[in-house]
This record gives sequence, structure tokens and C-alpha cells, in this order.
Amino acid sequence: MRPEVADATKGRAGFGVALAVVLLVFSGLVPSASGSEPKTSVAQLEDEVMCVVCGTLLGLSQAPAADRQREFIQREIDRGRDREQIKASLVEEYGPGVLAMPEGAGIDLWAYLLPLIGLGLGVAGVAWFVYRWRRSGSDDDRDDDRHEPPAGPDAERLERELADFRG
Amino acid sequence: MNLRIILSVGAVLGLIAFLSWGLLSSGDSELEPGRPVPVMELPTLPAGGEGSLADYRGKWVLMNIWASWCEPCREESPALEEFAVATRGKVRLLGIDTRDLSGDALRFMREFGISYPQLRDPDGAYADRLRTSGVPETFLIDPEGRLADRYKGPFRDLASIRKFAAPALDGGGGQ
Repeated sequence: MRPEVADATKGRAGFGVALAVVLLVFSGLVPSASGSEPKTSVAQLEDEVMCVVCGTLLGLSQAPAADRQREFIQREIDRGRDREQIKASLVEEYGPGVLAMPEGAGIDLWAYLLPLIGLGLGVAGVAWFVYRWRRSGSDDDRDDDRHEPPAGPDAERLERELADFRG
Repeated sequence: MNLRIILSVGAVLGLIAFLSWGLLSSGDSELEPGRPVPVMELPTLPAGGEGSLADYRGKWVLMNIWASWCEPCREESPALEEFAVATRGKVRLLGIDTRDLSGDALRFMREFGISYPQLRDPDGAYADRLRTSGVPETFLIDPEGRLADRYKGPFRDLASIRKFAAPALDGGGGQ
């Protein structure tokens, strides 16, 4: 290969590498069309966060403190933070009581476990009742089975009718 | 007696006891003058340490519960700061910022040039223990840590704070 051709090839390759680097860098810095969408909204978080003053869901409160909470959430959204990050920031500011739903750990875990345990006990109770009820029913059936077979004229009549039936 | 009857009576009595306890404990009885004021370790504002009312034992304390979102708190803040400066050595002023964003609270402090110590009650647990009815609310606490008086709502001016804190100002301000 001639030296000038080799230089031109090297130049093109270098330009390509530089262009790729620039594209890679900017793809990380400049949000893409989908990345420019907010990750969450104040309205979404209003259903998951409590108004710390009123003790109701944030979405139901018009108290000045609730407005401050909404402003805080909006600022966090503007910073590009997602729902979980914003909730973590709110917990940092106000403590875990700011969350409408208890966290799935520690003592809060019982908030989720107790209904399940209650449901399990309820189902077990109903199953036990049904089992007992059916068993007592079948006991009654067995009692019926233990009746004495017909004897005397009844037995003769039964035999006659069975013989007629069989033809 | 039949075990089933004993269990039933026990369950009914337990339920009655539980409901009675609920009714008795839900009363919003206020902290009475002469009673010890609850103490709770809280983070300082600005952040960087912890403190509590116990740090002021032996001194008269005017403890003001406030929040940056509370409009009446803004009205009384200049007078409180004036009082803190004028009575330094006699009465210690302590601010408790409750259910507030730390950034907002710090801006509020800068805006009003608040120089007296502040503690942060992020979830309102301390305000609840004090049985406050809202913000602002101010407690006058004697050198033994007992409640001398409480003031609900904002102070109108310096004179109204002086009047409220008269027992401390007349009493020589502790040590």
C-alpha cells in the first residue's frame, strides 16, 4: 500500500472512532426521546404518600404542608429521580410514616402477613367445619346401612317384586 | 366449669378490656402545668448533632413549636428572635421545627435571621408527645423541666412574649 493511501485509511478510521466516542458520550448525557419522559408524576405519588400534617393521603389534602410536599416531589421529578428514589427522599425528610403503604420489612411486614395468616386460618376453619359436617353426614348414612334386612312377609314381597322386575 | 364457657367468658372480658383501654387512651388530655415536659432526642437544625430539652435542665426554656409552611409562624418569628436576643441569660429559647422539609426550614431561619438553637421533629412524634394542637405553640418550662405554661397560636409582638414568659423573667432565669 502506498504511504498516502495508508494515511487516508488511518485518517478515516480515526474519524470513525472519534465519531463513535462522541456519540457514545452524548448518548449518555443527552436524554433520548423515551428518557426525556418524566419517570413518575406528582399525581402518581400522591396516592402513595401521606400528608404529614393531616394524616390523609397527600392527594386528598389541600393543607399548606401538603403543598410543600407536592413542591418537593415536583423538584425531585425535575431532577430526574424515579418513584422509589423520591419516596426514599421523603422518608429521609419525614420518616417512614410518610409512606401510605408500610415497607415490606421489619415490623411493617406484619401488615402484609397478618391478613394472609387470617385468611389461611379462615380457610382452614371452613375446611375443618365442612370436613366435620360431611363426616357426620356419612356417619348417619352408615347408621342407615346398619338397618336390619326385611324379614317375613316383607322379605317375601321384596323377593317377588325383584323376580318380576328381572322378568 | 366447662372449658368452652371459661374460654368464651375470657374472650368477652378481653374484648371489653381492649375497648376500654382504647377509649381511655384516645383522650386528648393536654399536658398539665407542673407536669414534667416530655424529652426526646432530636436532630439539630442545621444537621450535625442531636439535642433535647434535657440539655437545658436548670434553666428556664421557652420552647416554640413551628414549621416553615405555617403562616402564623412567620408572623411571630421576628418577635421571637427579638425576645431571644433581649433575654439571653434569663430564658433560653429553643425552636422545634415539626413535620417540615429541612431545606424549607433552613430558608425560613435565614429569612428571619433566627439565631437561637433549633431541633428537628421530622415526623411530628415529639409534637404528638407534647400533645400540641397545631403550630405555632409555645411552652414555658421551668428549670426542673416542668411545664409552667403553654401558649397556643402566634405571639402578636414582643410584649405578648414578655407577658407569657413573666414567671421566668421575674424568677431570675435559673442558673
